[in-house]
Amino acid sequence: MVTRDRAEGGSGLVAQLELQRGDLRLAVDLRVGPGEVVALLGPNGAGKSTVLRTLAGLLPLQRGCAVLGGLTMEDVDAGIRLEPHHRQVGVVFQDYLLFPHLSVLDNVAFGPRARGHPRAYAQQLAHTMLERVGAAGLASAQPRRISGGQAQRVALARALATEPQLLLLDEPLAALDARTRLTVRGELRRHLADFDGAAIVVTHDPVDAAVLADRLVVIEAGEVVQTGTPSEVARRPRTDYVARLVGLNLLAGTGSAHRVDLPGGGAVHTADSADGDVYVAFRPAAVSIFTTRPDGSPRNLWLGRISGIESHGEGVRVEIDAAPQRGSSILAEVTPAAVAELGLLPGAAVWASVKASDVEVYPR
Amino acid sequence: MPTPIPWLLALPALAGLSFLVLPLLGLLIRAPWSNAWQVITDDEALLALRLSLITATVAMVLAVLLGVPLAWLLARSDLPAMGWLRAVITVPLVLPPVVGGVALFTVLGRSGLLGWPLYQLTGFAFPFTPYAVVLAQTFVALPFLILSVEGALRAADRRYEDAAATLGARPLTIFSRVTLPLIGPGVAAGAVLAWARALGEFGATITFAGNFPGTTRTMPLQVYLALETDPSAALMLSVLLLAVSVLVLVLLRDRWVNRW
Repeated sequence: MVTRDRAEGGSGLVAQLELQRGDLRLAVDLRVGPGEVVALLGPNGAGKSTVLRTLAGLLPLQRGCAVLGGLTMEDVDAGIRLEPHHRQVGVVFQDYLLFPHLSVLDNVAFGPRARGHPRAYAQQLAHTMLERVGAAGLASAQPRRISGGQAQRVALARALATEPQLLLLDEPLAALDARTRLTVRGELRRHLADFDGAAIVVTHDPVDAAVLADRLVVIEAGEVVQTGTPSEVARRPRTDYVARLVGLNLLAGTGSAHRVDLPGGGAVHTADSADGDVYVAFRPAAVSIFTTRPDGSPRNLWLGRISGIESHGEGVRVEIDAAPQRGSSILAEVTPAAVAELGLLPGAAVWASVKASDVEVYPR
Repeated sequence: MPTPIPWLLALPALAGLSFLVLPLLGLLIRAPWSNAWQVITDDEALLALRLSLITATVAMVLAVLLGVPLAWLLARSDLPAMGWLRAVITVPLVLPPVVGGVALFTVLGRSGLLGWPLYQLTGFAFPFTPYAVVLAQTFVALPFLILSVEGALRAADRRYEDAAATLGARPLTIFSRVTLPLIGPGVAAGAVLAWARALGEFGATITFAGNFPGTTRTMPLQVYLALETDPSAALMLSVLLLAVSVLVLVLLRDRWVNRW
């Protein structure tokens, strides 16, 4: 029998995952404490789902190890590998995968039954779990007859009914429409806060990540590229992907005092001073656009060419090429009125300016 | 708007349809309905029908018991020899049933490869017993079931099995409580197909099991025999087999007939 003593083995998840799968070479170190919720964020094909599959035991590691609550689930060097059904890991799959031939109650009771509990106990436990997620009324329903939001709740109840020490959620909100998503996201946040094991949420939505998780781990092409609290990551992105995700302009350069020189020529002036290899980041809304060179010459003033215009929420996103350096582009966010007034069109030459105080600078 | 049908397709299509339907109509038209009851309740006919229903059902059960695990192996194992295995399994499907009967004889006949030692040890031999009928029917029916179940297994979403594993189910529990229910319709369809194939079995049965009333003379054999002595009885018995086949089709209606 697997030990469940959380106080003793309360170290959560410690994992070093390495494997090659097709073109993807995965090498990810993960630590998730008990009660902590980590969002695994990354573009499609970065290896997020592969991480979940290895932790669940559905995909063997080629190197490394995974230890949960002090119990080694897998250790390639030591030749240890627990099959999925011997792990204390619960999974909420992307499209929930409720068994279509079982009622909602039997779906939730499946785990306790499979783990050897008597039928009556398993059904009692399933009832309790369904009540906890607010789906007790669905107990006798068939999975195909319930809505996406309801299926999400049932899938969560089913995963929690096995009393896992590690809960894995693969894009738990991706299958829901916008309105349902809002409610379910709030509920899920509450359930994850109540959960005393370690939890990993895979998502490509920064809002889901920020709402649900205590800490973000961003992976790209099989490697961790950035970790931090949601606000750290949102303020100081370290890759183009993260910058785009959180909606910031990101440039890399070399700082000396209040000036950052960019490799393609050009410079960004900053209010804070920084030396050495640094990133600079600023919001698209902090960029002002002029069709003629503005008077008073602001510190950061770049001449570029509009390469794209598209509406974004209530505003308009303008992509400006060749500013502030050759071969790169920045985004500016302006009002629709400004687009009309200035007569902005793709191909037009424009001046873009950013106040030095609106530029965040931080070491690389 | 309905698609216009070119004549070049419509004519052969109509001919094909007539070719399939006319013989059945002929059977119904020429059947001696006046003494139908007498023919059907004839002792020999009832004996043959009873033997056919029992052996075909036993053969179907055998096919399910042996075929489902084999289909699982074909669908889920990635052994390199699987391509060859599938080819071997398909052979009985295209083999003339008479050849199948001869082949069974060489192995399980009284002097066969396995039949001889069996006879030496126990004094029992398969040929000319109802067991031989069941073996012959299972031999020809098994591939139908395997292919049907393998298709269902390949079409089934394997992620349900992953989900069951993460919930703590062992491989055998996953098979019985998740995989099997998910492919249930495929197994049922395969079983009905196998049953129908076993019911109609003629060549392998008469070659391997012989033609003894009450023990190995099944309905198809009875029909063939009657055609030589009493053609009108043969007609009526054929109608009876046709009725059984149509009943099978009705059972399968939802699976094939409505799936255009």
